[in-house]
Amino acid sequence: MDCAVIAKEIKRDDLLQMYYYLRLTRALEDRITALYRQGRIVGGVYTSHGMEAIAVGYASALERDDIIAPFHRDMGAFLIRGFTPGEVLAQYLGKRTGPTKGKDGNVHMGDLKRGVFGFVSHLADNLPVAAGAALAFKIRGESRVAFAGTGDGGSSRGDFHEAMNFAAVRKLPVVFFCNNNQYAYSTPLRLQMAVADVVDRAKAYGMPGEIVDGNDVAAVYVAAKQAIARARAGEGPTFLEFKTMRMHGHSEHDPAKYVPRELLEEWKMKDPILKAEQLLQSLGYGEERYFQEVVDRVKREVEAGVEFAQQSPLPEGPEVLIGVFADSADSH
Amino acid sequence: MTTTTQAAGEVSYLEAISQALDEEMARDERVFLMGEDIGAYGGAFKITEGFLEKYGEWRVLDTPLCESGFVGAAIGAAMMGLRPVVEMQFADFISCAFDQITEVAAKNHYRWGAAVPMVIRAPFGGGVHGGPFHSECPEGWFFHSPGLKLVAPSTPYDAKGLLKAAIRDPNPVIYFEHKFLYRRIKSSLPEEDYIVPLGKADIKRTGNDISVITYGAMVHLALEAAQTLAHEGIDLEVVDLRTLIPLDKEAIYSSVSKTSKAIVLHEDNKTGGVGAEIAALLAEDCFDCLDGPIVRIAPPDTPVPFSTPLEEFFLPKASDVVAAARRLAAY
Repeated sequence: MDCAVIAKEIKRDDLLQMYYYLRLTRALEDRITALYRQGRIVGGVYTSHGMEAIAVGYASALERDDIIAPFHRDMGAFLIRGFTPGEVLAQYLGKRTGPTKGKDGNVHMGDLKRGVFGFVSHLADNLPVAAGAALAFKIRGESRVAFAGTGDGGSSRGDFHEAMNFAAVRKLPVVFFCNNNQYAYSTPLRLQMAVADVVDRAKAYGMPGEIVDGNDVAAVYVAAKQAIARARAGEGPTFLEFKTMRMHGHSEHDPAKYVPRELLEEWKMKDPILKAEQLLQSLGYGEERYFQEVVDRVKREVEAGVEFAQQSPLPEGPEVLIGVFADSADSH
Repeated sequence: MTTTTQAAGEVSYLEAISQALDEEMARDERVFLMGEDIGAYGGAFKITEGFLEKYGEWRVLDTPLCESGFVGAAIGAAMMGLRPVVEMQFADFISCAFDQITEVAAKNHYRWGAAVPMVIRAPFGGGVHGGPFHSECPEGWFFHSPGLKLVAPSTPYDAKGLLKAAIRDPNPVIYFEHKFLYRRIKSSLPEEDYIVPLGKADIKRTGNDISVITYGAMVHLALEAAQTLAHEGIDLEVVDLRTLIPLDKEAIYSSVSKTSKAIVLHEDNKTGGVGAEIAALLAEDCFDCLDGPIVRIAPPDTPVPFSTPLEEFFLPKASDVVAAARRLAAY
């Protein structure tokens, strides 16, 4: 479907807000990358450069009460759920003010109050967990949805398939997605699966699936809205394959020489921010001057975040002993 | 091991587990069950017989064959405020869910503050001719994994009280119920609601000469050995750990301080098992009060075999405890 046609289904303010989050994600992650190159961040840095439209699109389509179990390149989802650039930077710097208080790093953060499950490196592990959240919604008769995803690589794991099957059998209100960015670390799609599209995997579970342009925030938003509505209506899970390209290495230490340069050049032309600007212009919702204002605004917000993170204290060694067990689960 | 005959009002270990589930489900509507064949069939061992009719298909969920999937789902449901109790048909199959248990359930609270109040029931242990895939004692795998609580009752009273405590605990608890004890061990239970707190060992027999530190079905083996040895003037104290994590070090140390000699007995294989840790703790913290070497009794490092003579050779016997105690008494 034509981009502008899809976009007409979306309110102007929602589209402008998505543009803001695309820019905020890009600015924040570019700043994180710069800090990494300066040696200020220890550990891995996994960015969503070139893939920002996916998390921004789906997280914008969800209601506040819904649950997200993000893929590890879904920074936009954290930001939309209220994680501030300062908190995110504190997390990357291992500070006590980060969402995991220094217990975990980078995108391995979560917060039940904000409805975001902490990411687990064992890819696809959070898919059964999200199905379980959806099961709780179904048992209690709540109108809530879980939105959970992994990458093309993670779709080879057993937990991906166990989650899809279980959710389909019980018609759980969950949407599964795959950020198909064509490479699992250095492994290309052709060595990951013998089918051309990840969406084919949904067929085995009797689940409807759709391929979506992952670089088009409007397309992601509309597809997510439809799948969410289906889940909320009690019709069960849907699978969405967001086709995209990872423009940086697996982590910032990885120069990704295994990716043909021509492929990157091709996808550079499809940059999600560029696409969003073209869309906003074509709809008469935004122009160059407005885009520049957003760029300036997010830059200020990110710099304030850097300031906050840098001033924040590191945890002290003995804090390692805190929190292995919970004293209570009353807040749940 | 002796088989008791059922007196009026006595319930089996299996019935005690069933009662605990039933009472907790009636008490707290957040409690629900998941597992393979637990619905219409009532579970492979009939623990949940009649539950489907009583509580309906959304509180007694038959799952597809996917241990990792349904343990993951239990984690998600627990985080959303429910209190899932999942059944591993046999504890052996828990290996399929190992990743969800150790990487997700065990670490969630530590990493990002999300408590996971759930219970995994794991029917474990040998003596029932189950062979390598239906007789395992996999507690050692999880004993080494911070963030999980591990429970292993030996009597109907403990089985019921510990399961209730596990369901009410805000953490992931693996509840190792011993298959051999299901229908062999019976006793009367209190009428009123009670729990057995996690982390408290129980002295199943007081004695002055040697402490036998054990849990699960092996508790009964130790008690049987104690009876034999009592005629020889060797007085065993039987410490039933009941909970492996948190481990009641105080009870272990206090018993060994009194007797000065220790036998560590378990059904899981020897190398790197729970007994190895207890022996190391005693060596570290109770060296001064020991009057003899710490003795470990455990099966050899092999899978659990099928054929009767092989399984009999594999499993610890009361005579092993008797022989070890005699050696230790003479030391």
